Amino acid sequence: MTFTAAEAPESLVHIVAPLPDDGRPRVHRGFLPAFAVVWLSVLTFCAIFAGALPFVKAPNKVSSKLKNSPSMEHWFGTDRIGRDVFSRAIYGARTSLKIAALSILIGIFIGGTIGLIAGYYRKKIDYVTSLFVDIMLAFPALVLALAITSTLGHGTNQVVLALSILSIAPLIRVVRAQTLVYAQREFVLAAKGLGARDGRILFREILPNVMPSLLTFSLTGLAILIVAEGGLAFLGQSVKLPTPTWGFMIVDGYPQLEHQWWICIFPCILLFLTVLSFNVLGDVLSKRFDIKESLA
Amino acid sequence: MRYVRQKLVQVVIVLLATTFLSVFLMRQVKGADPAIAISGGLVSDPKALEEIRHKWSLDKPIVVQWGRWVKNMVKGDLGQSSAFNVSVADLLRQRVPTTLYLMLYTQVLSLLIAIPLGVYAAYRPNRLFDRVSSSVAFGLLSVPNFVVAVVLVLFFSLKFHIFPAQSTYYGLFNNPSEHIRNLLLPTVANAVGQVAVYMRLLRADMVTTLQNDFITMARAKGLPSSRILFRHAFRPSTFSLITAAAVNVGALIGGVVITEQLFALPGVGKLTVDAIFRRDFLVLQACVALFAIAFVVVNFAVDMAYAFIDPRIRHARALA
Repeated sequence: MTFTAAEAPESLVHIVAPLPDDGRPRVHRGFLPAFAVVWLSVLTFCAIFAGALPFVKAPNKVSSKLKNSPSMEHWFGTDRIGRDVFSRAIYGARTSLKIAALSILIGIFIGGTIGLIAGYYRKKIDYVTSLFVDIMLAFPALVLALAITSTLGHGTNQVVLALSILSIAPLIRVVRAQTLVYAQREFVLAAKGLGARDGRILFREILPNVMPSLLTFSLTGLAILIVAEGGLAFLGQSVKLPTPTWGFMIVDGYPQLEHQWWICIFPCILLFLTVLSFNVLGDVLSKRFDIKESLA
Repeated sequence: MRYVRQKLVQVVIVLLATTFLSVFLMRQVKGADPAIAISGGLVSDPKALEEIRHKWSLDKPIVVQWGRWVKNMVKGDLGQSSAFNVSVADLLRQRVPTTLYLMLYTQVLSLLIAIPLGVYAAYRPNRLFDRVSSSVAFGLLSVPNFVVAVVLVLFFSLKFHIFPAQSTYYGLFNNPSEHIRNLLLPTVANAVGQVAVYMRLLRADMVTTLQNDFITMARAKGLPSSRILFRHAFRPSTFSLITAAAVNVGALIGGVVITEQLFALPGVGKLTVDAIFRRDFLVLQACVALFAIAFVVVNFAVDMAYAFIDPRIRHARALA
């Protein structure tokens, strides 16, 4: 059992020597984090302004150039009905990123609030919350999402609902654990002594301290949700046609993999680079804030 | 013992809740008549509909319907599949082996690869091998299994024709070589991400273990490195790994659903997806519940096994 500084009661922090460096290679500075930032910025920019950029064509425009391999005109080639794969991939980024971001925001808002309350008040409310989290986590994530979208339908709203439900339980767990620790600290006691109300203590004293882990976890969560949306799309259960998403493009191009590999492989590459970037940033933040990896 | 009892109560509550949720979700399907809705509109004979309504207490409150479903399930009766025209229980019995083999092989393969790599990386931390393997593991973590599967199919099925792109299921004892040949690509596709997770965990724990005094002692006695690593340091370093292997079953189930679909393997995962497309909600409900139950039971079993493996935990928890 190791103790990190963040978990030790404050009085102990000065006594316990810092843990020896575990010799993990540092990813802080270097190529990958820089790449991650640039990649995500460019991708987000293209996704937001896709309609206004001169090099992005209409995603559903059918042309007579069927199954063209990548060229100067069609950077990622064209698919079986002559649509430009590059433009579709950019619009796919728009859908995939939007859905993942919305879901994680809902997750942070609901999961964060419940986690704070459960960790601060403890007792019955904490017991019920923990049980709820156990129940939600007992469903394999993809199966739960599938069950939700298959019964409620698969419009954007339902997919966002399914994915945010997935993100709530782990976020509650993270925030609750952190709140439990910080609620014991002296500064909270001091605030109580000064007559601060619970709301103030929760949001002005505890929340700012919980923020780093919440943020770190959310970045990794974004990566997980993008993959989950891809998985749903892969099974035909994400947002409906004709909206392109990466997962949908991959499964759509899969039958032509043998002769027109580009239709399927380019969305795969974009998906990989994006997920990698979120993971790298999450890793950098967790080292910056000295947060231990969690299994969830 | 108290610890076991506490855990058991918790497991039972979670099991009840998950089955309730799976019944509840399936009753959210839109449709005027729930009997038509859960049979996906495939049954139109009024007498058959009446039978379905009666059997699942569809005119009663949801809690009664849930009780009814659990009671029937315990008796082994999960209803009749409307799309496949056999009983759901038979359907599951047919499909479960494929999925079990796939999951088992994935876990075994990922541990077989991850353990030596993790141990070696921890043995020489920060050297070239450690740095390269850590970076590669980090990259592998970011590849979704369906992307791995697509790439594998592109090279090993379409370019070199070594493995089939569309798998068929062969029994292990009927045709062992085809059995392995057909399951290998889906197994690898699922294992790639897990190898990365397991390797990182084992390496981190192992590095900490190797700083202990008893390791220094063993070194001072002049024991060979391999003996120190595998006989002294390995066991105390495997606890995160064991937990992760159990928790990962959830992710693995998701992975299996996708890979079975992609490789057309007739397992429970593909059955789930087929049930969705054919709007066969009794089958879907059974699959969802089965996955949740399997996941809970595996985690409970590992929790228990954990206490047996490590006497320190057994005592710490007995005291707590």
